[in-house]
Amino acid sequence: MDQKMIRELSKRHQIPQKKLKNSGIAFLSGGVLSVIAQLLNEGLRQNFSDENAVILVILILIGGAAVLTGLGIYDQLAKFAGAGLFVPITGFSNALSSSAMECRKEGLIYGIGSNMFKLAGSVITYGIVSAIIFSFISYGVSLL
Amino acid sequence: MTTFNFKNVYVKSESVIVGNTEKDGPFGDLFEDYSRDPYFGKSSFELGEIEMTRLAISKCLQKGKIKQADVAYGTDLMNQLTCHYLASELNCSFTGLYGACSGSALVIGHGAMMLEYGSVHNVLCFASSHAQTAERQFRYPNEYGIQKKECSTTTVTACGAVVLSNEFSDLKITSFTMGKVIDWQFKDVHDMGKAMVPAAYQTMMDHFYDTKRTFDDYDLVLTGDLGKIGYAMLSEMMEKERFQLHQKLNDCGILIYDINHQDVYCGGSGCGCSMAVLLTHVFSKLRTKEMKRVLLVATGCLHNVFLTQQNQSIPVVAHAICIERS
Repeated sequence: MDQKMIRELSKRHQIPQKKLKNSGIAFLSGGVLSVIAQLLNEGLRQNFSDENAVILVILILIGGAAVLTGLGIYDQLAKFAGAGLFVPITGFSNALSSSAMECRKEGLIYGIGSNMFKLAGSVITYGIVSAIIFSFISYGVSLL
Repeated sequence: MTTFNFKNVYVKSESVIVGNTEKDGPFGDLFEDYSRDPYFGKSSFELGEIEMTRLAISKCLQKGKIKQADVAYGTDLMNQLTCHYLASELNCSFTGLYGACSGSALVIGHGAMMLEYGSVHNVLCFASSHAQTAERQFRYPNEYGIQKKECSTTTVTACGAVVLSNEFSDLKITSFTMGKVIDWQFKDVHDMGKAMVPAAYQTMMDHFYDTKRTFDDYDLVLTGDLGKIGYAMLSEMMEKERFQLHQKLNDCGILIYDINHQDVYCGGSGCGCSMAVLLTHVFSKLRTKEMKRVLLVATGCLHNVFLTQQNQSIPVVAHAICIERS
């Protein structure tokens, strides 16, 4: 059996990824989510300060995504919306809550505690690393 | 020579338990029992898989009217095999075999060798796979929202158990081709159907060479879980070798689901997939005399999650068993 021949054959048997369709849906669903968040923000601004309203909107989105994950609805929505739900804070919330749910049987310490950040851990790690780098850069720039 | 031939290996009884999606598939009515609940009434997915296996084994032994087997071979997809947790209840010599999705043919083949060359009378062989436990171990958490690649497959929730015996019955296992592990430097773990094609090809060629047969000698040649992309690729490879397929080549992963209407991507995978199709669809076709001789080529990806993350390729294997009407 010739490996080169197999590799050439395998290249021909590809299912095309629906990149354009998925991007379009992500664009629209991400937009819809942003509109909902903006409307929430406008509503909350009636009773809260601008700063607090923004924080509340983020908390509502995080809480909503976690509840939907628990109900088993979020993964169905995300399968359809893709990056439209993945890129906003809802994706981060889902990564945490789904990992926590999955490991709840292994207990609070070895299960939920150590596995909750299995997927979201890299976001936090590299978030901190890049924050350190950029704070040095911005300090350097301020000295000039 | 990698093919072992048997003269006295018969099928005594069999039983298949499935999950929700499989029950809704085309073979829904053929399965012994099913559960709409992925936990099978237990508190975790892993315990659910063990319960499913326990059900399949007890029904199989009951149907065969035996209390316990002399030797048992079991397989599943989990690390260190969850079937070991069940083995203590079987009260017989037990070996857990790992062959990933090729496990179904592997356990039946080893059971048949034990019967033919050892001095035992009944051998229990079982294989189980569970969608949620496999998803959790090999991919992402079950509730994680991600768009999977179009080429991925769905792990089948099913457990099939079969008792082989040297007492005469209507079906017999006549040969077992132990596959060679092949590594063709393929690295995409989301496209396992295609990864396994060269292994299926190699084992089929070895089997045809050893037994001096070809597609014409079989009523059906079933591959384990290649899915629709892998199936298309294998068909092309076979046609290149100038084999006349005559619609005799098919795939368990395509058969077990209604892939046009059920949301399963390219088809089913897992050792439960080939085991379930073999014990229901194939056995019933053989018993109703629609078929005489069937070859099952169960394929498996033997990758390790840590090594694939270290950018290593996926070793693949396929084992074949031949089932005939007596």
